[in-house]
Parts: sequence; C-alpha cells; structure tokens
Amino acid sequence: MGLVWILLAPVIIFFLVKSAVHNISSGGTKDINQPVPWIIIITIFTPIAIGLMIFGWYAFKGEYDKLPESSEELN
Amino acid sequence: MAASEKGIGKIIFSSSLGTLIEWYDFYIFGMLAKTISVQFFPAGNSTAALLSTLAIFAAGFLVRPFGALVFGRLGDLVGRKYTFLLTLVLMGGSTFLIGLVPGYKSIGIAAPLLVLLLRLIQGLALGGEYGGAATYVAEHAPAHRRGYFTAWIQTTATLGLFVALGIILLIKTNMSDAAFTAEWGGWRYPFWISILLVGVSIYIRLKMSESPLYAALKKEGTTSVNPIKESFGHKANFKMVLLALFGAVMGQGVIWYTSQFYAQSFLENVVKLEFMQNREILLWAIGLATPFFLFFGWLSDKIGRKWIMLTGMLLGVIFYRPIFGEMLKDANAKEWATQHDKKKELSLERSAVKSDTSFNLKTGLLIINHKDEDWEFDGNKFNEKKSDTLMPAEGVTMFAPISVMIDSTQFFVKEVTDVKPVYSNIQLNNSLKWKFIFLVWVMIIFVTMAYGPIAAFLVELFPTKIRYTSMSLPYHIGNGVFGGLVPFIATLLATTFTTDPLVGLWYPIGVAALCFVIGALYLTNKKDKDVND
Repeated sequence: MGLVWILLAPVIIFFLVKSAVHNISSGGTKDINQPVPWIIIITIFTPIAIGLMIFGWYAFKGEYDKLPESSEELN
Repeated sequence: MAASEKGIGKIIFSSSLGTLIEWYDFYIFGMLAKTISVQFFPAGNSTAALLSTLAIFAAGFLVRPFGALVFGRLGDLVGRKYTFLLTLVLMGGSTFLIGLVPGYKSIGIAAPLLVLLLRLIQGLALGGEYGGAATYVAEHAPAHRRGYFTAWIQTTATLGLFVALGIILLIKTNMSDAAFTAEWGGWRYPFWISILLVGVSIYIRLKMSESPLYAALKKEGTTSVNPIKESFGHKANFKMVLLALFGAVMGQGVIWYTSQFYAQSFLENVVKLEFMQNREILLWAIGLATPFFLFFGWLSDKIGRKWIMLTGMLLGVIFYRPIFGEMLKDANAKEWATQHDKKKELSLERSAVKSDTSFNLKTGLLIINHKDEDWEFDGNKFNEKKSDTLMPAEGVTMFAPISVMIDSTQFFVKEVTDVKPVYSNIQLNNSLKWKFIFLVWVMIIFVTMAYGPIAAFLVELFPTKIRYTSMSLPYHIGNGVFGGLVPFIATLLATTFTTDPLVGLWYPIGVAALCFVIGALYLTNKKDKDVND
C-alpha cells in the first residue's frame, strides 16, 4: 500500500493546482474565485503532501510493521 | 506520579475551563462573521476584502499549526503550566480587544488591519492551547483512566461551541436586530464577556502546579534542548507524527467539522432553516451528545483507542450522505407548496399574502418580483418568493411604460415564464424538529467516537520531553487544515458538480475513508501504560 500513498500525494497537488487555475476569476465573488485562499491552501498542502509521500515510503519499507513500544525506541 | 482522585478533579476542571474559553473565543468570531464583515470589512473595498479573506483562511490554516510549533516548543522547553497560561492570556486579550476596535466607518482601514492582527493572535494561541491542556491532564492521570480523564478536555471544543451559540442567542433574543448589529451594538458583548471568563480561568490556572512528569525531567536535567528538531528531525519520531496525522487526526478533523459546523451551515444555506431554529437544533444535539465524549474516553481505557476512533470515522463515511439527504428531503417546502394545490382547504394557510409587486428590467426582460408570502403546512412554516419573467412579443423591443405593459400583456408579451419559487425561513413542526435534533445528534456521536479518545492516543504516542510539540502539530493540521477546509472544498465541489446538493460531502467522506484505511492498517490498539518516559 505504501506506493499508493506515495502516488496519491502528487495527484492531490495536481488537482489542487488544476482547480485553482480553473476557478480563480476576477469576476467571481466566492472564496474559490479569489487567489489568496488558493495560495494559502496550496502553500500549506504542499508540505502535507510531501509528508504523505514520506509516510508512503516508510510504509513501503515496512517501517510501520512494528511500532515502538517505549520512548527509548524513538530516540 | 498520578494525582489523587480529588486532585485530578481540580486539574481537569482548571485545564478544561481554560480550553473551553479558548474555543469559545475562537468560535464567536466565526459565528458573528456576517456582522463583523459589515463592521470591519465593508463590501466594495478590495483591501478590506483581502484582509477579510486573510482573517478567515490564514488564522485557521497557517497560524494554528504555526502556533502549535511555537507554543509546543515552549511547552517542552519551559513547562506546560506557564505555556498554556500564556496562550490563555493571548487568546482572552485578543478576543476582548476585537470587541473594542471601532468600526471601519470610524477609523477606516485601520479597523480591518487591527481585527486581522488580533484574529491571527487568536489562531496562534489556539494552536498552543490544546496540546498543553491534553498533555497536562494526561501526565497527571493514572494509566488505567487516562482515556476517561483526557476526554474531559475533549468535551471543551464542543462545549465552547455550545456556550458561544448560547450566549449569542441570549443576547440576540433580548434586543432588536438594529441594536445588535449597530457599530457599538450587542454583537460586541460576547467579545467583552470573554475577559471575565478568561480572568477567572487565569486565576484558577495560576494556582496549578507543573506537570509531575515534566517537573521530574526538569529536575533530572533531561528536558529536550531542541524539541522541534527532535520531533521532526529524528526519523523514528517523525514517522510517528506522520502516522498520527494520516492515520487518526486527519479523519477525526473532517468528522468533527462536518458533524458540527458543516451541518449548521447546510441547514441554514441548503435546507434553508430559520436562523433561531437552526441554532436550537444544534444546541440540543450538542447538549445531548456531549456526555458521550466521556463515555468513549472511558471505553477506550477498557478496549483500546484505535477501533473506537476508526469506527467513528467509518460511520461518518457510511451515514453522512443518507443523513444529510434525509434532512433535505424532510424540509421540502416545494413539496408542501404542491400539497397545497391538492388540498387547498385542509391545513395549508396563506397567512400573509402580499399582493404588491415590484419590477425591474434585466437583460431586456421584464421581471416581476412578487412580494414574499408566508405559508404554513402541517405546522411547518416557510416563506415563498416568486418572480415571473415576461418575454417580449416579436417586434416589441422595450417594456415601457411598465403600467401599460402590465395592463395589456396580451399585446406585448409572448410568454410568461414562471421562475422557480425560492423558499426560505423554514420553521419545522415539533416532530420534524426533534427528528432533525436526533439526526444531528447521531452525527455528533460520530464526533465523540473519533474525538473522545484521541488525546490519550496522541499522548501515548510520544515521549514526555517532546510530547507537547509532537502532538500539537498533527492535531492542528488535522483539525485546522483538513477540518477547516470542509466549507471551501464543499463550495468547490458544488460549483463544479451542480446537480447534486450533497456533493460537498464527498470531501469529508473521502478524507475519513482514507484515514480509516491508513489507521486500520498501521495503528496499534495497544495502550501505552507508561507515559513517564
């Protein structure tokens, strides 16, 4: 499943950018027609999507097969 | 290290009260957004519009996670007690000051600028509060009751909404609309009330002592030197931050937002329920569902956190569309109006027929707007607004003079198009109202399942020295970003796919489903008995 999460991340960013280009319009009055919300959302979602890719990579390598049971394993 | 039964009661009370007040402060801005925008962000001013957009989006999406990092770091460096005392002062102070900012009419562009600044401070403070309160309570609680005790903190977000709704309704029902919306009118009272609530909470929190686990680390000199680096720079811990976000908090955030906020906005804007009845339904549903946070927190101590949280998400995935669809079907004013034609003399009454019409010329057509009519059918009240469009006959290019045209429609008009009537201000009869309360209650039960045990779950996932930082960031990304995006994405979907009024629900359903799969695959149901490490 790790590969699915890795591939999902760029798909999400692609759709966000595509939706932004499609919906931003000077004549529109809704939030989705304004550039500022899109800039904020894409700015915050890009690192989240990268996080999802890293999560996918860890999952792919089986790093979540056994979760740590004490804090010592996290250090 | 666990506190005594009496001691933990005080700890829960003082932590929860402050967190509840912070949520109250954050919500009143959103609930009074319409009035606030009239006072501070007038239509037609592009700078004010930009500042308004920033106040809405930046506070929730950018500043909350940033606040989680700033105050999380502080909490791991200097201690839980002083950090969440600071967030409380910042939140209370900025809320009170919003209530004191003169309107745009008085001080011009300085008004929206000040409000934006104060709103950003609110977002920052909220980002730092929750992690501190949850950590503080969890670090005092005995292992076998951690879920139950931290669930008290989990009730605060919903109770904050309850108190905000209640106070606004109370003020609104005791004054006229004009008095409420005036520049220095009643809408400011909820902001001023905040300073009293915060004062009491600060007094109580000052008497609290530091978390015993953190105090022990401090004594040993083993607190973290750089919690942000340790939380996100060390692979082993960063891995857990990602798992917390994608396997638990992301889904919980959309369930939380959809069941409480999107439900309210859906009832108001799609179902077209009357303002007061909409709030009344939400108040009842929240009041009746809140004890279940404690129940599921308690249950998570017995059977583990994982499957309770994931079941809440799965129920949302399965039942959101049927529940929202049922509400839309039940409050069907169009159907009630059709029934009228079938049984005119039975129970439908035209209570306030107004025969006046107004006219306007639009795109070469004459549109007659009939004045609103209030109707009643089986105890359900609603308002109907109709307008007719008159198409010009061949050779007729103008509809003037209007009075002549109206008197002689057969000469000038080719056809009359009866435009779809618009229904609004729906007031449900008693049985339907209780059905709606039940349906919203069911959705808030999903919230109590997904949200009730999550504080204990997050606390157990991270070690003491970086706990505040590590749990705050995924929490605020999950709730602030994934949850806060529900209305934006819902509007986006509704604009793209116009035929399905429930299309906006696919976003929370999709995110919750994804989170359910990730959580089911990778989370463990094991409880961490020892959070002292």
